[in-house]
Amino acid sequence: MKETPLSNCERRFLLRAIEEKKRLDGRQTYDYRNIKISFGTDYGCCIVELGKTRVLGQVSCELVSPKLNRATEGILFFNLELSQMAAPAFEPGRQSDLLVKLNRLLERCLRNSKCIDTESLCVVAGEKVWQIRVDLHLLNHDGNIIDAASIAAIVALCHFRRPDVSVQGDEVTLYTLEERDPVPLSIHHMPICVSFAFFQQGTYLLVDPSEREERVMDGLLVIAMNKHREICTIQSSGGIMLLKDQVLRCSKIAGVKVVEITELIQKALENDQKVRKEGGKFGFAESMANQRITAFKMEKAPIDTSDVEEKAEEIISEAEPPSEVVSKPVLWTPGTAQIGEGIENSWGHLEDSEKEDEDEGGNDEAVILDGIKMDAGVDVSHIGSQDAPIVLSDSEEEEMIILEPDKNPKKIRTQTISATQVKAPSKKPVKKRKKKRAAN
Amino acid sequence: MAFLDFRGGSGRVQIVSKRRATCGRHSWSPRVGACVQRTHLVRKRALLGGSNKPRLHVGSGAMEGAMQTESKIRADSRTEPGPRGPGCSLRHFACEQNLLSRPDGSASFLQGDTSVLAGVYGPAEVKISKEIFNKATLEVILRPKTGLPGVAEKSRERLIRNTCEAVVLGALHPRTSITVVLQVVSDAGSLLACCLNAACMALVDAGVPMRALFCGVTCALDSDGTLMLDPTAKQEKPQRAEHCWEALRDDHHRGCPSGVEYCALEAPVGATWWDHEARAVLTFALDSVERKLLMSTTKGLYSDAELQQCLAAAQTASTHVFRFYRESLQRRYSKS
Repeated sequence: MKETPLSNCERRFLLRAIEEKKRLDGRQTYDYRNIKISFGTDYGCCIVELGKTRVLGQVSCELVSPKLNRATEGILFFNLELSQMAAPAFEPGRQSDLLVKLNRLLERCLRNSKCIDTESLCVVAGEKVWQIRVDLHLLNHDGNIIDAASIAAIVALCHFRRPDVSVQGDEVTLYTLEERDPVPLSIHHMPICVSFAFFQQGTYLLVDPSEREERVMDGLLVIAMNKHREICTIQSSGGIMLLKDQVLRCSKIAGVKVVEITELIQKALENDQKVRKEGGKFGFAESMANQRITAFKMEKAPIDTSDVEEKAEEIISEAEPPSEVVSKPVLWTPGTAQIGEGIENSWGHLEDSEKEDEDEGGNDEAVILDGIKMDAGVDVSHIGSQDAPIVLSDSEEEEMIILEPDKNPKKIRTQTISATQVKAPSKKPVKKRKKKRAAN
Repeated sequence: MAFLDFRGGSGRVQIVSKRRATCGRHSWSPRVGACVQRTHLVRKRALLGGSNKPRLHVGSGAMEGAMQTESKIRADSRTEPGPRGPGCSLRHFACEQNLLSRPDGSASFLQGDTSVLAGVYGPAEVKISKEIFNKATLEVILRPKTGLPGVAEKSRERLIRNTCEAVVLGALHPRTSITVVLQVVSDAGSLLACCLNAACMALVDAGVPMRALFCGVTCALDSDGTLMLDPTAKQEKPQRAEHCWEALRDDHHRGCPSGVEYCALEAPVGATWWDHEARAVLTFALDSVERKLLMSTTKGLYSDAELQQCLAAAQTASTHVFRFYRESLQRRYSKS
């Protein structure tokens, strides 16, 4: 679906409001929207909501061979998908620019910053390493996808547990989840992206732009930082020209925001771990808000299936009996069989004239040189009624083709094509069925 | 009496004795040709309920030398006394509607641990190449959680699309498109049924006119023909148990429920056990007006009597699902 264009009055309204330091949702210039993190039942699954923008993240792992030039390091793979439910404009072919930009930014933020210790992912140097795959799905687009995606990625990575592996000499034992508790990944720091939107050629700046604000912005500056105030990635797009002190100011704001967000993430992870350890209920079902009228729950419901057998018997007894069983396959030659009779050939008229020709001695010469052959001499009119050269057709005369690779090719009147070999030669062509002839 | 199960195959093996006669405490491993002592931890099998009681593994079937024998595991005591044992029950359901701001309709449907999020756009603009002159073009997109969508997703999309096309009144909106996007949030069994339910609730939330509601119900047939409704992932797939040797004592033999005949010291080589083997998994889509069948897809082996039984059970279960729909919509739209 095409993106609905933004109307001019809406654009003017937004810009005027920003000039007066007002935002549509009532936030201040440097305010973030509410961040809500919920975890699923499997390790490594989380949903992050940044206001209304929603991202689902899932981490999975697999044992693979390492890259040739990095034999002792594990492999990280990131994939952000803009689901079609996130916005009507996100069709499979249409979002490539944005998708590439977001994926690249995410990779730089998480992989190049070395937040995950890839050396610890090595199991057997040069042979087996862990490949950690992070899949992110954008479920709802209300602006600032990159922030939500980076939070979801790092939360999912911190939440994930991989199966335990032990190496003793040459033996590698991979324990299942029931044998040994899975092991968390070793994460050095948590880089989080903070986005700044610029308006009026860099005069006005907003943190965490919403979707409408993103449409009217001039440029975007993304700073990825961790709570130790180390910048992991900076990206400025949109062609705005920023002054040095503007960038410094943004990095200071980013530092403050990242500390707040990191605290929130830690709290959420701790809560989830506590609930799991205590044996309480966890998962998306629990994080669904009960008090909303749009949400509803129903407990386990036992179903009475005592009368299914009677009902089933009733239905079967009342049903019509199955149709007559089809005749058994008739084996013509080893490898060629026939089931059923097929429909009548509707090219009756042509067939008759062809048959007359043949009667006069125009043999189809099936020249057989070796083994399996395709019969080139068959009447063209009959080919149309045959699906494939190998199928034994029913609606015409069938005659066996005797294939003898060593002897001279037999001149057999053939109207069927058979791709099999028959060992026992018979001098006469065997005429199996001649429906048309009988009819005529 | 402690029943221990050890892991066969790979694992640390310490050979205790090469003479069978001395094999008393330890288990004789015909494969290794010696008595072995397992040096790693005793593994406790998690049952359905996640209990940690060691399970009794018994196998039936004569020794057949090197041939693989298939025996069945029978837990002597089910630690979970829940209604899923002899009878059938549906798991805990939850549904939330209108949770996404961009799609016209959205719903998140949870069945136990399986969760699917659905978003609906429509009736909306359609590409000229895809438009149908007299009705709406329905499109279903299913995205798995990890990896790229493959053939299984395509086939599920087609099944869901056929079901939706049967109920949606497309003739009221010609030359438009109705897009249903499904995202698997977690998969713990009965995924297709959950997708169908989520799609239905999302279509209702979007206000797409339909002639009936529909729901999906999954049945699994055990190897003895026991019917299970709304199976979990474990119940749907046959699970292969590891080789298992036990130091069974004679008094246990006598008390064993399934009458085990063989002595554990002569355990068959390469025996495998199947845990909750699902012989067949059937998924049905039923409509709300007369519980008629809209779509059915099955996997596995079953007789026609079993098919009718599963269908009848699914129809009974669908009554509950429709009641759930009704109550959740009542909660949302009623004035009180």
